Amino acid sequence: MAYGIHLRPLVFISVLLVAWQFAASRQPVHLLPDPVQVGGGLVELARRGLLLKYIVASLFRVTWGFSLAAMIAIPGGLAIGWHRRTEMALNPLIQLLRPISPLAWIPISILWFGVGDVAASFLIFLASLLPLTVTAINAVKSIPAVYVNAGRNFGLSSAGLVYRVLYPAVIPQLIIGLRITLGIAWLVVVAAEMIAVNSGLGFLIVDARNAGSRYDLVVAGMVTIGIIGLLLDMSMRSLEGVRSLRWSYSED
Amino acid sequence: MTAPAHVLRWERYFWPALLAIAFLALWHYAVRWTGSKVFPSPLGVQKGLAELAHKGLLWRYIGDSLRRVGIGFSAAVASGIPLGLTLGWYTAAAQVVNPVIQMVRPISPIAWIPISIVLFGVGDSAAIFLIFLAAFFPIVLAAMNGVGSVPSMFRRAGRNFGLGPVELLTRVVFPASLPQIIIGLRISLGIAWLVVVAAEMIAGDSGLGYLVIDARNSGKRYDLVIAAMLLIGLIGLMLDIAFRQLETLKAIRWGFRSES
Amino acid sequence: MLQSVMAIAPRAVETKLRAEDINMVFRRDGKSTNVLDNINIEVGKGEFLCLLGPSGCGKSTLLNIVAGFLEPSSGAVRIDGAIVNGPDPRRIFVFQERGVFPWLTVEGNIGFGLFKMSRVERERRIEHYVKLVGLGGFEKAYPQELSGGMKQRLEVARALAVNPDMLFLDEPFGALDSITRLIMRGELLRLWEAERKTIIFVTHDIEEAVQLADRVVVMSARPARIQRIVKINIPHPRDISSRRYLELRDGIFAEIGLAHQI
Repeated sequence: MAYGIHLRPLVFISVLLVAWQFAASRQPVHLLPDPVQVGGGLVELARRGLLLKYIVASLFRVTWGFSLAAMIAIPGGLAIGWHRRTEMALNPLIQLLRPISPLAWIPISILWFGVGDVAASFLIFLASLLPLTVTAINAVKSIPAVYVNAGRNFGLSSAGLVYRVLYPAVIPQLIIGLRITLGIAWLVVVAAEMIAVNSGLGFLIVDARNAGSRYDLVVAGMVTIGIIGLLLDMSMRSLEGVRSLRWSYSED
Repeated sequence: MTAPAHVLRWERYFWPALLAIAFLALWHYAVRWTGSKVFPSPLGVQKGLAELAHKGLLWRYIGDSLRRVGIGFSAAVASGIPLGLTLGWYTAAAQVVNPVIQMVRPISPIAWIPISIVLFGVGDSAAIFLIFLAAFFPIVLAAMNGVGSVPSMFRRAGRNFGLGPVELLTRVVFPASLPQIIIGLRISLGIAWLVVVAAEMIAGDSGLGYLVIDARNSGKRYDLVIAAMLLIGLIGLMLDIAFRQLETLKAIRWGFRSES
Repeated sequence: MLQSVMAIAPRAVETKLRAEDINMVFRRDGKSTNVLDNINIEVGKGEFLCLLGPSGCGKSTLLNIVAGFLEPSSGAVRIDGAIVNGPDPRRIFVFQERGVFPWLTVEGNIGFGLFKMSRVERERRIEHYVKLVGLGGFEKAYPQELSGGMKQRLEVARALAVNPDMLFLDEPFGALDSITRLIMRGELLRLWEAERKTIIFVTHDIEEAVQLADRVVVMSARPARIQRIVKINIPHPRDISSRRYLELRDGIFAEIGLAHQI
């Protein structure tokens, strides 16, 4: 009954895996690995202690860059959204910077920080900064005027308004924004590592290919990236489920 | 919603302009004070742009990037929308396919680069493949959500008037889900633009992304690097604005609550 | 306990619709809710019938069953003798004004069901109904540019344009302010008298039911049974301060068990 729901996607995935195995075995030139080889690659990485080490390295960079960005972007974005003129001034700049891929900042970040962890974390910081700021700005702008008026009506000071009206009102949207931006940060860490460092999942993908065309390891890396990304997303979603924060999701 | 905001019309242009001037001035003097030989000043960037235009590279590179986005994005739209509509319509199929989509989605298109290099070598096809991959999933999801958000009232009304299943899909479900789909297309186009730059940086031989990397590698031309970044931002912004214009069409605007 | 009351059509009028022994049980998460209990109704041709009851009592469910959108757990609905097993353009369901298609203009909406007609015929029809419901001048407007009352009129026009035998209206004026509601009731009666469709109208508003209907079927709260049928034999236009009107209205008040004072 209820298990049937979970069974069908698993069956589908299994079918895909079989199809992949079949397609891979039929290649004229053995370029792409099949599922079995990828599995073997994962096992090898785990045995060599690299799997855990690389996962930790990538997560480490994401945590640094993302947290720093959040600490700046959220208060900053809330303040910007609150003051109409400030938002007006900054908006064109934000809109101009948004379409620039974080990767395009690589030369600049290497110039400023050299090659290494700091440059990679800086890239993630940059990639997270703008989306989080925009989220915070939009969250403030979408607070219904009635909430603010009610707060004033009951005689709240400015600080009171911020703590007791603004902050609770924006939390649901902020959490969604954090989740989405975390996903972006995870995408970028992979790219950043391909270029600037010597450990991590992104590095693994590039290195495995360059040093010996180990495509089984490349795909193993990709699979790991996908799974970790999914886990990050799921854990953020569970945060959204916390009851006291759920007030704004009740409709729909 | 904030403090009473009686903003005058001219202020909409004044404040951003003021900020831009302040920013440029700050940039200019920062370069002067640190005496950097490498990091360009605003004037240096402008000269770099002129140089690119003069060498004929400017429009060629812009055209290359836009072309790749155009092809990859169109392919993603042509395949993603029908698939998304179908998955949205047959929820049983969606339940099966959705977990797979959720798993493949977090894999950065960048991570697909080695595979695409293997398949397509360096250049156009690899970039287009990556753009297609990156744009495909958001479009499918937008179409799926669009169908799911069509109120059952509309479907019932369609059936009431005697529409068969195909007509129901084309005359009711599709127009009703169009606002959601258009938003998904706009976001997807934004992603495509990000990816083309990344793809060109790693596996390209021309285009704005390639320019960013190449300008640095062959001569530390940071003025060209920044010039390229500015162009990327500008064109990406223009693409976004163009799409937002689409959202103002009356046949679509109904789907958006009025924004402040 | 209340016996099941049969709502029989007035004599000398042929029966258009017959609901026989309708029961409806909803099952969700293992719990089953009995929504409709042993409903039997006959509706005469050209009659204006009201289903009246508190919100959530199941009258909308009944209307959906009668229109063919839901299958009853047991029992059947017959229209002109034939069993109903799906929606049909000959009996159009009017939702609240949210039912108009927002991506089509007024013309587009009214012409929606007319796809089998020639273009000339279709345009003539559209023009006729635009005028009939008083939306002249707004042909090219989109629903988001119309007021609630206008959207409701648009939906009625869309329904009438395909010339159905029956109209089912599910609390159509619920989202309108009370002044507009009074105006719309008059409009609806005007249209009904012009074309004499058979109408089943669901409402929770007692005044509305007594103002509009030939017969009012008073339904109890869940599980819904027919509590009483009240025949409103006041000719139109009805004076809502006349003694007869107030008698009938107060009778229903009492039937539902409401006090006369607030």
